[in-house]
Amino acid sequence: MEMTGAQILMAVLKEQGVETIFGFPGGAVIDIYDELVKTDIRHILVRHEQGAVHAADGYARASGRPGVCLVTSGPGATNTVTGIATAYMDSIPMVVITGQVPTHLIGNDAFQEVDITGITRPCTKHNYLVKSVDDLARVMREAFYIANTGRPGPVLVDIPKDVANARTRWDKNAQVRIKSYQPNYKPNMKQLKKVIGLLKKAKRPLIFGGGGLILSNASEAFTEFARQTRTPVTTSLMGLGAFPGSDPLWLGMIGMHGTYRANMSAGNCDLMIAIGVRFDDRVTGKTDTFAGKAKIVHIDIDPTSIRKNVQVAVPVVGDCRESLERLNALIAEDTISDFAENHNEWLDQVEEWKNQFRLAYDQDTETIKPQFVIEKLFELTKGRAIITTEVGQNQMWAAQFYHFDGPRQFLTSGGLGTMGFGLPAAIGAKAACPDREVVDIAGDGSIQMNIQEMATAVQSCLPVKIVILNNGYLGMVRQWQELFYDRRYACTLMDHQPDFVKLAEAYGALGLRATRPDEVEAVLKEGLASEGTVIMDFVVEKEESVYPMVPAGANITEMLLV
Amino acid sequence: MKEDKHVITMLVDNEPGVLARVVGLFGGRGFNIESLCVAETVTHGVSRITIVTKANPPVVEQIEKQLNKLINVIKVRDLTHEDAVQREMVLICVKASPEFRAEILRIVDIFRCKVVDVGLEHFIIEVTGDEGKLTALLNLLKPMGIKKIARTGAIALMREPK
Repeated sequence: MEMTGAQILMAVLKEQGVETIFGFPGGAVIDIYDELVKTDIRHILVRHEQGAVHAADGYARASGRPGVCLVTSGPGATNTVTGIATAYMDSIPMVVITGQVPTHLIGNDAFQEVDITGITRPCTKHNYLVKSVDDLARVMREAFYIANTGRPGPVLVDIPKDVANARTRWDKNAQVRIKSYQPNYKPNMKQLKKVIGLLKKAKRPLIFGGGGLILSNASEAFTEFARQTRTPVTTSLMGLGAFPGSDPLWLGMIGMHGTYRANMSAGNCDLMIAIGVRFDDRVTGKTDTFAGKAKIVHIDIDPTSIRKNVQVAVPVVGDCRESLERLNALIAEDTISDFAENHNEWLDQVEEWKNQFRLAYDQDTETIKPQFVIEKLFELTKGRAIITTEVGQNQMWAAQFYHFDGPRQFLTSGGLGTMGFGLPAAIGAKAACPDREVVDIAGDGSIQMNIQEMATAVQSCLPVKIVILNNGYLGMVRQWQELFYDRRYACTLMDHQPDFVKLAEAYGALGLRATRPDEVEAVLKEGLASEGTVIMDFVVEKEESVYPMVPAGANITEMLLV
Repeated sequence: MKEDKHVITMLVDNEPGVLARVVGLFGGRGFNIESLCVAETVTHGVSRITIVTKANPPVVEQIEKQLNKLINVIKVRDLTHEDAVQREMVLICVKASPEFRAEILRIVDIFRCKVVDVGLEHFIIEVTGDEGKLTALLNLLKPMGIKKIARTGAIALMREPK
């Protein structure tokens, strides 16, 4: 059957099970949009292309299915770059479709032309410029296959306008065949047996998990592994939710703003089993001394992650879930050894650290503490909401004070640290999970980076709740200036802010405000009970800081505690 | 840690943008490129890229892994410590004043290279060899005065079992 490029594109999207697309039309994609509206694929019209990519990202993080967005050429394409880089750093499966000027104009500096495959080469898992309509079906299938397999990531497909219009025979069965791409899921059993050997001998073992656990849906196997061996667990920011926050073995997050006990455990363990992590500098601090007393086991699907930042005793290349399931089977087979008996003392020591310094704050009767807002939110949502964040103090307090019991519940820009991520990501998450409560925990600075997406939320009936921790500062930078720059607050004061309540109303949403601690619960209750999109503006303590804090480049056991 | 020279060879899909992906990877991650050579193989659609780089062992490991991660890279091999043949071709334009002409031709003879262009004041010499040979030749020609030089960069192949 003969079909146009745009029709073929729709056929592949349907075949791949795409139900929702986030996008913004323009000249180069007008033909694609003309076909899109003839399908039952839901299109969510954003207000800025960056919003489309973050929304597709949030959709992917919440659902586990690849996010899809569609934008036009030139500025439409360049506006997606931050969103693509965000997804790339956090390994989020996504297919970004950009329009391009007609093939005969490529290279001519045509209107709205930009070399988007050139621009995004370093921040996509792979990208394509489709020069012939005959390649389109194969390329689109490859794009979904690459985005979704191995270590996931964003794939960009650039489609010139004439390719979308050209006709060709639709090959329903065109197979994906990429000879140079065969991700390895199966771990080496010999290596896994070494892990078991080390675990039996360890006196002070620690499990350190990351975002890879969530991407490979490994939470169950991960939890079983920790419980069977009675080994304490910490995770990176990206791993929050992979292990239940209510479990006694849970130590809290590790790293720059990790808990005292997690960082002390990392500094003193004799075996660290790292799974689905990449030893980011925000986790390790000074790499030379990180887990300095430990042998490190590193399990990851991406060989480049292994031995990139830290030396490893036992590397295992494989899918997190498969590796953990095999480890669990090896442990179950071994009926003789008691994996936990060796480290009872260690568990006591960890418990002692727990009691020595807990995450805490003083809530007086006058000024709202940001941590208090998050604890109240946790309480009122019974810990079941999907939380997205912006970046900075709001993100760290959310990580510390909202305790996540399940995966795909905490959506945050971990690697790239993109301010403006939270609101569009929340919209995407709500589109993926309409029955869940979705809350964006924001700062007054970062919410304004993509505030225009309020209109998207209202128009598309995706009622997300936005909690603004409003301190009138770019808080995290201010905190660094306070601690390391003699309180010289260079350009971090935002003393003119819009009235967020009126702003919400202007967008057709509900705006609420709390300025005193005793108003917090009432505002949260009203906001959460409301059926539409809500901004809740909490005027909080201006100079509250996130603790513990490890100064950049220091040993992670050297924390500033208050 | 000590940085050593490594000859890395890879097979890649012969598609637009592949070289940019490889070179961009080196640039973006701060790896070094001493020389680079690209051409198609006999298999249609497959090219071979040979890169000479200087790096310490952990960085070389990263280079290999990162290259393997590129979708269009089919196979990567570090030939530095392997049983491989390595060659590079150089065109050298050397000043050839009357008193040196005979001497230059003698050197050309010893090194089994060819004179491919002759003028009243110059020779252009074509030479192929491994790095040691090329360096030795260049050192001998330097006193005569080297006007211009063009090098292909190294290429290498694994030897087959005998």
